[in-house]
Amino acid sequence: MTPDQEMTEQTRWMLAVRDERDKRAFVALFDHFGPRLKAFVMRGGTGPELAEEVVQEVMLSVWRKAHQFDPTRAQVSGWIYQITRNCQIDKLRREKRPLPEMIEEEADSGPDAGDIVALEQESAHLKQALHRLNPEQREMIEKAYLGDLSHTEIRRITGLPLGTIKSRIRLGLERLRHELKSMREI
Amino acid sequence: MSKISHHLPESVLAAYAAGSLPYAYAMVAAAHVSMCAECRAIYEAHQCAGGLVLDDMEGMAVSQNTRRQLMDSLDLEAPPEPPAPRAFGVYPAPVAELLGDGGPRWRKVGGGVRQQILHYDDAGSIRLLSIPPGRAVPDHSHGGLELTLVLQGSFSDETGQFGCGDVEVGDPDLEHTPTAGEEGPCICLAATDAPLRFRSLVPRLIQPLLRI
Ligand SMILES: [Zn+2]
Repeated sequence: MTPDQEMTEQTRWMLAVRDERDKRAFVALFDHFGPRLKAFVMRGGTGPELAEEVVQEVMLSVWRKAHQFDPTRAQVSGWIYQITRNCQIDKLRREKRPLPEMIEEEADSGPDAGDIVALEQESAHLKQALHRLNPEQREMIEKAYLGDLSHTEIRRITGLPLGTIKSRIRLGLERLRHELKSMREI
Repeated sequence: MSKISHHLPESVLAAYAAGSLPYAYAMVAAAHVSMCAECRAIYEAHQCAGGLVLDDMEGMAVSQNTRRQLMDSLDLEAPPEPPAPRAFGVYPAPVAELLGDGGPRWRKVGGGVRQQILHYDDAGSIRLLSIPPGRAVPDHSHGGLELTLVLQGSFSDETGQFGCGDVEVGDPDLEHTPTAGEEGPCICLAATDAPLRFRSLVPRLIQPLLRI
């Protein structure tokens, strides 16, 4: 698969890290996400020193777990978000977060650039929708994904149109259907 | 394999993606998402949304020191990754991991029903239940939310029928008598945030001993 012109910078950086272990691309990713990660972690009430530790740990995981990045199932920021929350829970709550079974891709079932761009477009739409929310709703959404709302409070979240991104991810999973099926037959 | 018809509510999947689900519920969510592509897509969609919130943050400068340390550590050999947990029998990977080698160590709890407590703390409990065909779990209610995932066979109760992969979401006021289907033993994974309370006298007396 060749990186497509239409792909976002972030995705191209991440694929270069994943497929070519490209350090310059990693630096670009760090310059984009590092400061955002620090702000994200500090917003959750963590002090600056510990926040920098989390940033370092998360970005090192991005480098080391790059082979797990599947751009048809999450845009780069979504994938990093997940690593961050796992790291925060392990580190700050001292609890191992239960994770779903991993689905490994078959060697010959790789996605094409079209699938990747399609997911990116869905996430761009979702971002626009996020920006159209009124400030109160938006604050609720932020709090929810920062992990500041309890699971009973999360019920009140409305207004994020996730339908289309869900069906895109579902297609990404379909590609791996064989694995899901074999998992069930063990 | 019959189709899954009882799914996790979206709010539970959102909370799971956001990392705000208590451990016991997160385990049931991880197990169900391992079995259900539908809910996996919803869960991953919420992770994508979380990513957008992260991407929208106004950045704060990261120290040069952190940056340097990070770049230096790229060339270090990574500690060997523990192998990804794998499914074992009817147990999806996250449950198999919690079970450890050798599968469940069942204990009798009466009426032919067996259980193993997998986790127990102030925030809740996770246990496996094995119910013989056609038998019922003693009538019980629970203080909090109870999530029950079927891993093998089926059960039915006052609210409906639940097959492999289905989750029953029991509200705090649900009093039910789950009865296993006739086709074979039913194995379930159940999580609560409160100790179960049995209504009949004897089970209540032995409850502290059994930690149920
Ligand atoms: Zn489901």
